[in-house]
Amino acid sequence: MIAAVLSLTLLGIALGLGLGVAAKKFAVEGNPLVDELTALMPGTNCGQCGFPGCSGAATAVVEGRAAPTCCPPGGKALASELAEKLGLSLDLSGMVDEGPKIAYVSEEICIGCCRCIKVCPTDAILGAAKQIHNVIREACTGCAACIDRCPTEAMVMKPVPVTLQHWVWPKPALV
Amino acid sequence: MGILDRIFGNHWGIHPDDRKRPAADLPLRRLPLPSHLYVPLQQHIGAPARPIVLVGQKVLKGELIAEAQGATSAAIHAPSSGTITAVGEITAPHASGLPVPGITIECDGEDRWIEAADIPDDPAFDPFSLEPAEISRRIGAAGVVGMGGATFPSALKLNIGKKTGITTLIINGGECEPYLSCDDRVMRDFAAEAVDGIRLMLHATGAKEALVGIEDNKPEAIATMQQAAAGFPEIRICPVPARYPMGSEKHLFSALTGKEVPADGRTTDLGVLVHNVGTAAAVHTAIRHGRPLVERIVTLNGGAWRAPGNVVAPIGMLVSDIIAATEFKEQPARLIMGGPMMGTLLPSEFVPVVKGSSGLLALTAEEAADGEAQPCIRCSSCVRACPVGLLPLEMSARIRNEDYAGAVDLGLKDCIACGCCAYVCPSRIPLVQYFGHAKGELAARDRAKLRNDATKRLVAARAERLEREAKEKAEAAARRKAERAKQKAAEAAAAAASADTSGAETTA
Repeated sequence: MIAAVLSLTLLGIALGLGLGVAAKKFAVEGNPLVDELTALMPGTNCGQCGFPGCSGAATAVVEGRAAPTCCPPGGKALASELAEKLGLSLDLSGMVDEGPKIAYVSEEICIGCCRCIKVCPTDAILGAAKQIHNVIREACTGCAACIDRCPTEAMVMKPVPVTLQHWVWPKPALV
Repeated sequence: MGILDRIFGNHWGIHPDDRKRPAADLPLRRLPLPSHLYVPLQQHIGAPARPIVLVGQKVLKGELIAEAQGATSAAIHAPSSGTITAVGEITAPHASGLPVPGITIECDGEDRWIEAADIPDDPAFDPFSLEPAEISRRIGAAGVVGMGGATFPSALKLNIGKKTGITTLIINGGECEPYLSCDDRVMRDFAAEAVDGIRLMLHATGAKEALVGIEDNKPEAIATMQQAAAGFPEIRICPVPARYPMGSEKHLFSALTGKEVPADGRTTDLGVLVHNVGTAAAVHTAIRHGRPLVERIVTLNGGAWRAPGNVVAPIGMLVSDIIAATEFKEQPARLIMGGPMMGTLLPSEFVPVVKGSSGLLALTAEEAADGEAQPCIRCSSCVRACPVGLLPLEMSARIRNEDYAGAVDLGLKDCIACGCCAYVCPSRIPLVQYFGHAKGELAARDRAKLRNDATKRLVAARAERLEREAKEKAEAAARRKAERAKQKAAEAAAAAASADTSGAETTA
């Protein structure tokens, strides 16, 4: 038994060392641009862009498979930042920033099951078992992860209401 | 524009037909009290006030109904006595027509004042014996805000002035907007009160002198103010040439001191604090009589009014009630709150008068002179008119192509939205709307960026929480396992002991 333990331990140490050395020696430089773009993104990995998480979207944007406007929670601010980093000229007119949506709880159908709380990437939902849940408006990024989890369809996405502080003069119509 | 101005290039601003008379010369009228008052909780720059009354509660005139919330905010008082019928939303006097939180009061018609706080019955009460900080506090408690239209909480401004060590107070009696004459009326009818308010503000800020800038198209106001200020050498009445936008804080400052405020700076950086003359009168009322800001003088002017002139209206009175009390001669083409240059186009007449409402203009189609915008012919009239020295035509061209950064590089942030450029534009291009749009869009992007950063923090906090919970769970499991093992060992030991004793017994 001692021989078996010893040989396996040695084998483990040798292979581990080998892997460690290989990881250092044959390290593949990740595209630093991708890392930079990932750092700019919200980081909720919500998947609204259709790519696997924020780093996936960043890779796609760098490779030109996606437009810088692909991130709905980031909005125009993020889009222009990404475009600036990539040196792209950007057409924001197609991007509807007025309509960011956030989740609301229909209180009369919420059964207090806590499922939505578990999937929220920003901990924006408040509640406890058998208590009506509620969404903290300021913290919700509108990723809609909670919508599919709700067994009673009490979670709905609604546009963020425009308030006096957020209202913007419309751009004058072109001559 | 004078020859000297032409030669020396001092050609900012415009000289519109002021159209202040005959409304400015008519005596002040008091409007009948309406049945309901609609008092918005956000009548100032900063956070909305927090309501402290309940529906059904009886209030007296001047009673506090909403308290200031946060550092930049102002208190709101009941403009008349009556019953609170709603604490909800009111259409804001704003071009968007969006709602603003507000309190509705059903007036009982008695207009009964609350007992004035802080004012001893002693007629020899001398407010100059009060500490400057106490004066500021009382001004804040009375809900006084800048009456020139910007509505910045006055007490806060005095405190900022105190902190930065100001030496001069400039009192803005410029009233450069055409049509308006509410400040003119304050200076003609309440000159002594305004001068007393100025002295109180001098006391509150520790400034040495006060310069009252009044445009020379108001000779009556200059005369009454000079008379009222005769006994006080620290207050100087300074007539300034009538030119729009002379009432802009930075331009009046330049006209009176010959200095210029730097692009990102304020007049307080140069030791000067600017207050409106209406604010000075409100300060007098607040300190001498202990009465909060619950009414103001509003100019009714424009071709569509049957009887133009200045009226005293309670805060929260609906424009429709004012129209009912004074009537139109004809249906106006445009209804504006404030002046024609910088005022707010009203979405409907069912919006209330607020602390910053200087005028209500009902313009006829001829006065409104609406027209289709034409392409820019690059005549550069707007460049000559711009009082801040910007290039409105270039900025608007960039904004049209959504190049907001380019517009900021050209000085968009220095634009004071005075409207001179749009006024002189022969192509009727809505230049100010372009700038308003761009400023709003830039603010929205800043907010989105802040939000993005906040989201990142929240995601990190969640990851930390999940990690912590997993760790705690693992620790708890390990603890339970250890306890179980201990228990098992104890049981085993006990069993062994009993086995031993039974064994011993058997051997014995």
